[in-house]
Amino acid sequence: MHRRPMAILALPLLLAEPALAAEGISDGVVRIGVLTDMTGYYSDLAGPGSVLAARMAIDDFGGKVAGKPVELLSADHQLKADVASNVARKWFDEDKVDAVVDLVSSSTALAVMPVAAEKKRVLLLSGPGTTAITGAQCNAYTVHYTYDNWALANGTGREVVKDGGKSWFFITADYAFGKSLEEDTAAVVRAAGGQVLGSVRYPSPGTTDFSSYVLQAQASGAQIVGLANAGADTVNSIKAAHEYGLTKKQRLAGLLIFISDVHSLGLDVARGLYATTAFYWDRDEASRAFARRFQSHPDNAKKTMPTMVQAGVYSAVTHYLKAIAAAHTDDADAVMAKMREMPVDDFFAKNGRIGPDGLHRHDMYLVQVKSPEESKYPWDYYKILRTIPAAEAFPSVEAQKCPLAVRR
Amino acid sequence: MQALFGQLLLGLINGSFYALLSLGLAIIFGLLDIVNFAHGTLYMMGAFAAYLLLSEFQVGFFPALFLAPAAVGLFGIVVERTMLRRLYRLDSLYGLLLTFGLALIIEGLFHHRYGNSGTPYPVPELLRGGLALPFMYLPLYRAFAVVTAALVCFGAWLVIERTRLGSYLRAGTENPRLSQAFGLNVPLMRTLTYGFGSALAAFAGVMAAPIYQVSPAMGSNLVIVVFAVVVIGGMGSIAGSILTGLGLGVVEGLTRYLYPEASSVVVFLVMAGVLLLRPAGLFGRTR
Repeated sequence: MHRRPMAILALPLLLAEPALAAEGISDGVVRIGVLTDMTGYYSDLAGPGSVLAARMAIDDFGGKVAGKPVELLSADHQLKADVASNVARKWFDEDKVDAVVDLVSSSTALAVMPVAAEKKRVLLLSGPGTTAITGAQCNAYTVHYTYDNWALANGTGREVVKDGGKSWFFITADYAFGKSLEEDTAAVVRAAGGQVLGSVRYPSPGTTDFSSYVLQAQASGAQIVGLANAGADTVNSIKAAHEYGLTKKQRLAGLLIFISDVHSLGLDVARGLYATTAFYWDRDEASRAFARRFQSHPDNAKKTMPTMVQAGVYSAVTHYLKAIAAAHTDDADAVMAKMREMPVDDFFAKNGRIGPDGLHRHDMYLVQVKSPEESKYPWDYYKILRTIPAAEAFPSVEAQKCPLAVRR
Repeated sequence: MQALFGQLLLGLINGSFYALLSLGLAIIFGLLDIVNFAHGTLYMMGAFAAYLLLSEFQVGFFPALFLAPAAVGLFGIVVERTMLRRLYRLDSLYGLLLTFGLALIIEGLFHHRYGNSGTPYPVPELLRGGLALPFMYLPLYRAFAVVTAALVCFGAWLVIERTRLGSYLRAGTENPRLSQAFGLNVPLMRTLTYGFGSALAAFAGVMAAPIYQVSPAMGSNLVIVVFAVVVIGGMGSIAGSILTGLGLGVVEGLTRYLYPEASSVVVFLVMAGVLLLRPAGLFGRTR
């Protein structure tokens, strides 16, 4: 009851806020929050590494933008959509966070996107794959930065079919990401003249034993067993496939492979797998320079090399800060406009452009995992087969059918 | 047809884990009248013990099969002597609450220290490779797991139902006062029983490590299914829980083949059905 006088005092401040936000930096600080899976089965490909990447991006930018300091927060959404949207809400309402980065999983991304749109804050997604983010569910405050399922399906999918893999069976993680990836890849396979013999959807997260699904894949007789899953699921399903002798008669197509997965599996299990990636640490000198600093950073306890999700976080945060500097404000509308206007050209993205649907279209790389004999030094895992130019790698604005991007 | 046999065999393998775990649970409930909610946690501790033995002390799988259950069994004995002992004269609900609380605390500590993503545990060198059966390629380790689980279950049943020690344990349960009057050391038997049940859970944990990955959540995921198994089999019936464990593993395997989305629920559907028709469980005796 005695709180009421205080609340009355606060009212004028609340009313004054919007006027302040239109120009200059709100509250005099730019706050960036990394919301990711810190301890679960996507934690190796994003997690603490994503927080580190954001930290490095802020430090490299000088720790301040437009004369104001930049602060970093982080939280664990445990891959739960409700936890993610609650944390995002708290960050936006109480902690005055200006941008949320990473999310890593499609379901948490879809849950946080409406919150960001409602509060008019920026959302930089690195990791989620579903094309709905820049399609039917797009909004003006979301940037789908690193890759999407369409890029994977068309990169890896098309290459495998070209390589002779005409009949497919899918092992799919039964949630937004897996289903979307399966659908996108199935479309590519059919368009290239192949056929989809069937699929099995398993509960995810929560499945560590893939025996039953591997057996069904074997029973289907398909030439290619497509794994529409990621992270620890991919690692476990590849291991199970080897255990049950699937790879003796059939081939695996890991539709989403991260370098952290290859590291877990080891080269003699992972050899020959195709992958479509946005970043490979050993691609050029600039990537190597970033990767070495990432690996030797004191916060990187396990001394891992950055995955494309983590490198994407670094690039996205840098681009965001550059946009604030150019717009002289952290107001979301102005910053989003600048982010779309400015091209991205750093070690992570070549020919990068954020479209009106929020999709960051940039060059992708088709790689193949080396055999143990071909690998000459630690983390020497990929050989780059070809560069997929931005226009070919991602779906066009018209194809995405984002309601915002439809011009009349 | 071949695919079906493969799934049934897989179901049998899973079922043997259910049988091992529900055996320990049934023994503890049968002889101590405690609903041991910490059973899943003891299973998880067994798996972690194996993992730590490997990563910190380079102790392999086969020694771990004995060391981990011994360590967890000892832990079980300590828990029984310090905490459970005080609850025997109270309603069995208190035992449930205590073990549930213990499970949450221990699991929370492990989660805090190790995170939630599964840590892989390698299949022992000796058991790699597989047998090429006509309907599927069976990894050697899984064959080993089924055979070992079957042997342990049978051995436990034999000891309890057919030996003198087993008869003392059963007497101690049916009428503790009278048995004590006859000179049986009932408190000691209870302690040993809880220790043995814990060791059995840990043994299942070590066997599970190469298959299911080691993670703090592995116990809680499994223990609920195991409770359903024990309820269906009939609380207190040891043979019942072994057979039901195997049977339900097969049922789950079939469901994974026919309609995978239902695979996590099917055990509870069966439990609901059985309880409606036979409230004491399939093999249970009304106490």
